[in-house]
Amino acid sequence: MVQYSTSRLDASFAALSDATRRGVLERLGRSDASITELADKFHMTLTGMKKHVGVLEQAGLVTTEKVGRVRTCRLGRLRLEDEAAWIEGHRRLWDARFDDLDAVVQELKQKEKADD
Amino acid sequence: MTSQTTVERTSDREMIATRVVNGPAHLVFDAWTKPELMMRWWAPKSFGITFLSCEIDARTGGSYRLEFGHPDFDQPMVFFGRYTNVSPPHLLVWTNDEGEDEGAITTVTFEETDGRTRVTVHDLYPSKESLDQAIASGSTGAWPEQFQSLDDLLVELA
Repeated sequence: MVQYSTSRLDASFAALSDATRRGVLERLGRSDASITELADKFHMTLTGMKKHVGVLEQAGLVTTEKVGRVRTCRLGRLRLEDEAAWIEGHRRLWDARFDDLDAVVQELKQKEKADD
Repeated sequence: MTSQTTVERTSDREMIATRVVNGPAHLVFDAWTKPELMMRWWAPKSFGITFLSCEIDARTGGSYRLEFGHPDFDQPMVFFGRYTNVSPPHLLVWTNDEGEDEGAITTVTFEETDGRTRVTVHDLYPSKESLDQAIASGSTGAWPEQFQSLDDLLVELA
């Protein structure tokens, strides 16, 4: 059984709560990129982008490596290993949706019957 | 009686969610195309997500725009696109245009048998990479619940 880590969870929430950081993850999903490239893409200062990447790095969503003067960012280790977890999460979402949809449709059925 | 919800990645580029809903297709279709009905189920309460706005023009060529909020997010999540085929009460096709790149095409079919309707939601991504990326970034199902399972996994990998 996996030891549940609240601080790790908080770090993930914080990291993903920001639109720029979600954009950075999406961008890194396509290919690795330097901080400079990311800063350009999101129209930010290097310092600003470094902060965002730092938050993502702390949450384990991104890793960085400095070669010479360039710091390259890539998606963290979770990459695609979490596909099964993602699909289960997606299933739970649809299950909850369909439960609520069922309730709405029941009500529409009653209403239709009453109108007849 | 509740039928089972299944979700499957059926190919490199496709995801399918399906379930049988207890009602005729024309009513289920209404629930998918009228904003006041859609708002009651698309963002499940149990997920802590709330609708901020829901604009739906469910005609072929019409568009939609959905905005959600969650206490853990400082900004609303926005989804929008166009309906490319609306054929009541059998078929609904829309584009997902909120991403930066070409998005998935969502096709929903409604098949009625004996007063019950099988709903199949089919997402076709433009490439394997785009579906992989949606999964890796959590963007398609960017709900906190899912971040939790993702986080469990992070802990496991660490």
